[in-house]
Amino acid sequence: MTARLELKGITKRFPGVLANDHVGFAVQPGEIHALLGENGAGKSTLVKMIYGIMQPDEGEILWNGARITVANPKAARKLGIGMVFQHFSLFEALTVLENIALGMDANIPARELEAKIRAVMTQYGLLLDPSRVVSTLSVGERQRIEIVRALLLNPSLLIMDEPTSVLTPQEVDQLFVVLRKLASEGCSILYISHKLHEIKALCDTATILRGGKLVDTCEPKVETSRSMAEKMIGGSLKDIKREGRGLGGEKLVVKGLNLPADGPFGTALKDISFTVRAGEIFGVAGVAGNGQNALLLALSGEEPTARHAVTVNGTEVGHMRARDRRGQGVSSVPEERNGHAAVPVFTLADNAILTARDRLGMVNRGLLDAKAARTYAGEVIEAFSVKATGPGAMAESLSGGNLQKYIMGREILQKPQVLVVSQPTWGVDAGAAAAIHQALVDLAAEGSAIVVISQDLDELLSLCDTLAVINGGRLSTPMAVSDAKIDEIGLLMGGIHGEQTPGEVAHAV
Amino acid sequence: MDFMIAAIITIVGLTTPILLAGLGELVVEKSGVLNLGVEGLMLVGAISGFAVTVFTFNPWAGVVGAAVGGALASLIFAVLVLQLNSNQVATGLALTIFGTGLSSLIGVNFTGRIVAPFGSVFPDVLAKDPFWKLFFGYSPIVYFAILMVFVVGWFLKKTRAGLILRAVGENDLSAHSIGYSVIKVRYMAIAFGGAMAGIGGAYFSLVITPMWAEKMTAGRGWIALALVVFAGWRTGRLLAGAYFFGILMALELYAKAAGFSFLPSQFWAAMPYAMTVVALAIISSRGTAGASAPACLGKPFTPST
Repeated sequence: MTARLELKGITKRFPGVLANDHVGFAVQPGEIHALLGENGAGKSTLVKMIYGIMQPDEGEILWNGARITVANPKAARKLGIGMVFQHFSLFEALTVLENIALGMDANIPARELEAKIRAVMTQYGLLLDPSRVVSTLSVGERQRIEIVRALLLNPSLLIMDEPTSVLTPQEVDQLFVVLRKLASEGCSILYISHKLHEIKALCDTATILRGGKLVDTCEPKVETSRSMAEKMIGGSLKDIKREGRGLGGEKLVVKGLNLPADGPFGTALKDISFTVRAGEIFGVAGVAGNGQNALLLALSGEEPTARHAVTVNGTEVGHMRARDRRGQGVSSVPEERNGHAAVPVFTLADNAILTARDRLGMVNRGLLDAKAARTYAGEVIEAFSVKATGPGAMAESLSGGNLQKYIMGREILQKPQVLVVSQPTWGVDAGAAAAIHQALVDLAAEGSAIVVISQDLDELLSLCDTLAVINGGRLSTPMAVSDAKIDEIGLLMGGIHGEQTPGEVAHAV
Repeated sequence: MDFMIAAIITIVGLTTPILLAGLGELVVEKSGVLNLGVEGLMLVGAISGFAVTVFTFNPWAGVVGAAVGGALASLIFAVLVLQLNSNQVATGLALTIFGTGLSSLIGVNFTGRIVAPFGSVFPDVLAKDPFWKLFFGYSPIVYFAILMVFVVGWFLKKTRAGLILRAVGENDLSAHSIGYSVIKVRYMAIAFGGAMAGIGGAYFSLVITPMWAEKMTAGRGWIALALVVFAGWRTGRLLAGAYFFGILMALELYAKAAGFSFLPSQFWAAMPYAMTVVALAIISSRGTAGASAPACLGKPFTPST
């Protein structure tokens, strides 16, 4: 049988980096093929070459046995290659129909296009109302637009780039149903991910990349998640050490926290209450855009709230701004590294001053003590093995994972009483993620209370003692991780979106 | 009755220039560009329209000249903000100063000259009839302005080109990644905006007072800008808003006659401008202006390579 797609010796160089080094593999018709690897392993570069966004320096691409050059995405779509990107290219203020029309290469009359969309949606059970405005849709629904857009072109190869990173477990299941149906009809699927259990559940073959090289091809159904992870990182996986941690008294008490929405697309916080004890790691799960940002701002003090809403070590701090709360021992790490947690054009030392000045006394006769800042930045770099030229390196010169390690280290070495972090390992490779997780566990072991806000459910389940789900600005009742059920958490994450389904069915049929 | 007809004719006359300039600016802003130079463009249009009419004795050619003049002047703005990524607010303000100066410079040789007013083209039986002039007594520019409300509305809502224009204004990076030329779309939108502002300006120099005077548009460009915000970037509401401003402006003229002597006439004269300040203040605090403003309004387009 001729392979649908075959790569031979594909090589791509960037200044200073060999992104792909003679990579070759084949995807058969109807096969679901996983492309597995850490951040920076070269997965994105590889698929960009298949989709015509970049051209390989060496090697050849064979399509149904014939050698081809893919000049641009339009040429790829013409061949029958569709792609669903990790970051959607959607227009918030436009309708579903308008968004799909914009993605079509031909000018199809609106009525005809709507009929085609409805046909594809019914065929694959992708429920969407074409007249809805995108800004009112959930992330899962937005992804369906991208999938419908790709399917309208009748692709024989569909590339999915990290499709599940923003979905609830139920939405993931629905997506898998669609993908399996497509594969059964003969469409090949190239599935990029680093979530091993999903690859085990879905894929027939897995190609593992590390540092731009193909390191292994395996059959995920017979491998274990652990064995694939070790191939991916090229070493043995360290378990988080979490023994010897007892819970102490109440450190952080949040009671009836309300915060109005920030702008028309923001989410208001509604009556949030929870307690975090000394030594406890408290997880907040949820799909993006359900109030996570507002919660972080309310806890860090960037958005002051009612005085009694937030209590730290028995002191009411709700009315305090971020600087005063830092004085009370509260540290925070927001989701956005560049521009929120750190100033990109400042050195690492200057970035240390921004949050550690008062607590670590980086002051000399009322002026900034640059020497103390450099020393402290050096300590952070050392303790967290941050790859940087030194305390004088610009924050923007660090890779995402290294900057994240630096920022986490900057807060953790200040020994905060309460640490609030959002997406601590977002876009960070597995090695750095493990280091960050270990640092959080160690900090908790020393008696700090930690709140972790994350969309990565696996991360929360492995890290936290207690878990609650945020949806539409409301927080569910906290549950112990030891007796939490994935299904239940998934339903809580779906929240109101789950209830909308009957209405959507009525629209879509 | 006669008073009412006269008042309505006045209001229509006052409304037309801001309606034209506002429609042009609406299209520009829908593409994601904030052009604060409308006042300057109207003045350039007023003098180019007048000059062409003086030479050709043909007001139709004058209107075309005004459109071309406005479009050319707006392309200077386009090069600066699209090609060189200059700040749109500062560049737009500079364009107003430039347009005011340029129109005065060209206008030196035209001061004191008069052309035949570009009035109704309907037969006098209708155009001069005490009642029918309500419908037939206007300059062709007035009908053109109202027609353009529907043309622009149809273009933005129903055509693929209009959809692409809105997409560019909503999310320039996505539009670029799908494969549309953001810069090209914005060039065309800016030129269209310039042409419409130019015709709006020509309404002053060819219809209202068929002569040239420095700064004759008297701040109506700013009102046109405010109008777009008032209208929430929608053509139907823009028409309604233009008439609202037209009535406010007419109040100044009619305040005394209608017995509003309890307030000085200067108060009525200031009303449209006071409303303009309010609307422009809303532009600058756009975060609260609601979701209807194009998301990329005023932001430079910088695709990462």
